Amino acid sequence: MTTALLTVTDVSKRFRGLTAVDRISFEVAPGEIFAVIGPNGAGKTTLFNMIAGVIACDEGAISFDGARIERERPDRIAWRGVGRTFQIVRPFPALSVEDNVMVGALLRSHHLDAALEITHAVLRQLDLFDKRLHLASTLTLPDRKRLEVARALATQPKLLLLDEVMAGLRPTETDRMVGILKEINRTSGVTILLIEHVMRAVMALASRILVLHHGARIAEGAPNEVVRDPAVITSYLGAEAL
Amino acid sequence: MSSILFNVVVQGILTGLVYGLMALGLSVIFGVVRVVNFAHGEFAVIAMYAAYLLFSALRLDPLIAMLPIALGFFGIGYALQRLLINPFIGRPAHEQFILLVGVAIIIVNGLLMIFGPDARPTNLSYAFDSFAIGPLFIDKVRTYAAIAALAVTGLLFAFFRYTHTGTAIRACADNLVGAAVVGLDVKRLYALTFGIGLACVGAAGTLMVTIADATPALGPAYTLLAFTIVIIGGLGSMAGALIGGILIGVSEACAGFLITPSMKSMFSFALLIAVLAFRPEGLLGKRT
Amino acid sequence: MHGRVLIAMLLAALIATPAFADRYVISVLILVFYFAYVGQAWNLMMGFTGQLSLGHSLYVGLGAYVAAGLWLHAGIGPWLGVFAAIAVAAAVGSVTGWLSWRFGIEGVYFALLTIAFAEFTRIGFDHIDMLGAAGGLFLPVNAEEAGQWWNLRGGPLLFYYLALALVAGATLAVAWLRRSRLGYQWVAVREDSEAARALGVDVFRAKMIAMLISSGMTAVGGVFYAFYHRNLFPGQVFEMGRSIELILAPIVGGLGTVFGPIIGAFILTPLGEALIAATERSGFNAPGTKAVFYGAALIAIIYLVPSGVWPWIARRLGFSEHRQ
Repeated sequence: MTTALLTVTDVSKRFRGLTAVDRISFEVAPGEIFAVIGPNGAGKTTLFNMIAGVIACDEGAISFDGARIERERPDRIAWRGVGRTFQIVRPFPALSVEDNVMVGALLRSHHLDAALEITHAVLRQLDLFDKRLHLASTLTLPDRKRLEVARALATQPKLLLLDEVMAGLRPTETDRMVGILKEINRTSGVTILLIEHVMRAVMALASRILVLHHGARIAEGAPNEVVRDPAVITSYLGAEAL
Repeated sequence: MSSILFNVVVQGILTGLVYGLMALGLSVIFGVVRVVNFAHGEFAVIAMYAAYLLFSALRLDPLIAMLPIALGFFGIGYALQRLLINPFIGRPAHEQFILLVGVAIIIVNGLLMIFGPDARPTNLSYAFDSFAIGPLFIDKVRTYAAIAALAVTGLLFAFFRYTHTGTAIRACADNLVGAAVVGLDVKRLYALTFGIGLACVGAAGTLMVTIADATPALGPAYTLLAFTIVIIGGLGSMAGALIGGILIGVSEACAGFLITPSMKSMFSFALLIAVLAFRPEGLLGKRT
Repeated sequence: MHGRVLIAMLLAALIATPAFADRYVISVLILVFYFAYVGQAWNLMMGFTGQLSLGHSLYVGLGAYVAAGLWLHAGIGPWLGVFAAIAVAAAVGSVTGWLSWRFGIEGVYFALLTIAFAEFTRIGFDHIDMLGAAGGLFLPVNAEEAGQWWNLRGGPLLFYYLALALVAGATLAVAWLRRSRLGYQWVAVREDSEAARALGVDVFRAKMIAMLISSGMTAVGGVFYAFYHRNLFPGQVFEMGRSIELILAPIVGGLGTVFGPIIGAFILTPLGEALIAATERSGFNAPGTKAVFYGAALIAIIYLVPSGVWPWIARRLGFSEHRQ
């Protein structure tokens, strides 16, 4: 067997005849930052949701940390060590920032004191410590995005799935988030799989990139190779980045 | 035996059509305004008292009284939505629930204050007449009530299908944001819908007077009945409300005949639990 | 922690109250405690876990009938019967929960299903002859049992302190649960069940545990009800009106707060009693007068302080108990 943390093998998903994800395979090594990019409707979010267990794949296999997870429930997958964010942020609005993160922290530590310690550490990492007693519903969008990451991180995942955490952020906020994610990856060694539209963030973060188009893979490799790939330029980057 | 049972089933269908009309009001309101009218049965009972009063004071036959009562109820519904319920649109379900429970409590006990707890019968001259068709004996009152209920339902279907306002209301139900974007006056349409919903209850309550005697205690019972029907048929589905009404009418009539009348609603609830367990969106409802 | 001092003082005052209060005040306070207690139980479901049950009279009734039935037919006292009552209510609760949540029934549909179960049971009990059917079940008072406080035979004082103990115990339990791992999972489910799931919360399990605890606790209230009132009619205990009655205190007091149900009960029950007294004094005592005002008060409260009275008071007193 491979030493990969996440192995996706020939995974497909169809919605009423439309093939959203078409026999996709890739591997993510421990400690790596791996990005999935592609135009809207390329099947990124569908792929993401299959890994997180929210939707079942029609074919193929997904292995995480040595176990098959393609038939497991989202909460079991979280328990195995996959933390995720939502593209449209879903904080618990009536709870304080701290309590939001506590829910995540309590997945591994059954004692409140220990969970609170994790919570505070994570909140410091994400620059939210000073706002820990604010209600989540009162936060600004950049803060909510970081809260989303903090909550997932508090579950102490081996793999962090980030679904467009940069979307809607201003460039300075994007840089701040990139810095934070790099720091988290460096210090705790958590593996990151991100779906992203903001190429500037992808280029700064990812060690490898998978490019999807109409559910199929059109390129995979290091960032510098991928952005020079003619297929990628015509189908995706041509319109947006160049 | 079988012809008696057949009779019972027909009676059940006829009663069920009136139930269906009442439930239709609930379904229309929920389908559009997204508020569960927990005072629905209580409004039906107000209509019953109104019909009773019109009959005892003016000898007005409920089949005729149905028109002014439904019209009056439309006005009440319109005003109620505008003044009382509108601020609660978009608020959590339990807050709307408390609001309407408050309304229901006021209605039941207001009626109790005015009329007392005793049942008030409306003694129609043809109350005990029936049509004989072969082996069937069908109550005249039930037949008239069922026809009237069908007529009102037909009108309502036509309104939603063929009128501009009806189409606008359906647009509101399907896509609220879209409706607001294209410039529909959502508040007004909501008020109209609530008015229409209550007009259904008003008509149904008036017809009910020919089948049952008015008493305040019927309020909560009819609310539950309407819920049961609407859930069985599918919340928000107009045809579902009618079919649910017929199903419940038949199930009540058969249970009352085959076992004991006091257990008739137990069958309705068993039916409801079964539907919720196996097809929670209701027989004709859409899964959301 | 002036909050704790305040609570201790309130508790001390309530313990001392019977020394100078008359029977009427005691009887009103017993009602207040009863509604505060069952309100706490219901609040676990709705306030914490976000599951609107409109059929909690089912568990009151089951608890009441199980304990009363065991006492009448098997001579088993309420202290033992209460365990059977909890078991039966929790079993029925778990069936309701399982049926709903396994099939994805949520929100309004769940609420209506809980009503259906309660009504179904009410009509069923109308036909159980062993338990008095529609004619009612009575717990007779006889002289030899009069002082058997351990069998819940006794005067108002016994029930006063029992009810007070129930409220105090339930409040402590709820306060503890709220700050437990389970409590965090509950509120996460209430706020956004899909986001909760992504954080590893087994949503079905969390809801089922809430249902089990809530229905079991409510059944204890039912046992109290049976032995305090000493008569049970299916049409009265299982009725939807009872379910509505018992959810008003936590809603008015503040959903999802520890003190909401208590504050709500202290507002609503005396309000109801005052309305009775007022209508009697005015000589205009047509039946229903009190309830009309009660309904109007409900509308006013939900209109003016929709998130409940306690959060509003707490802000003014400088506590920060927003919905946890």
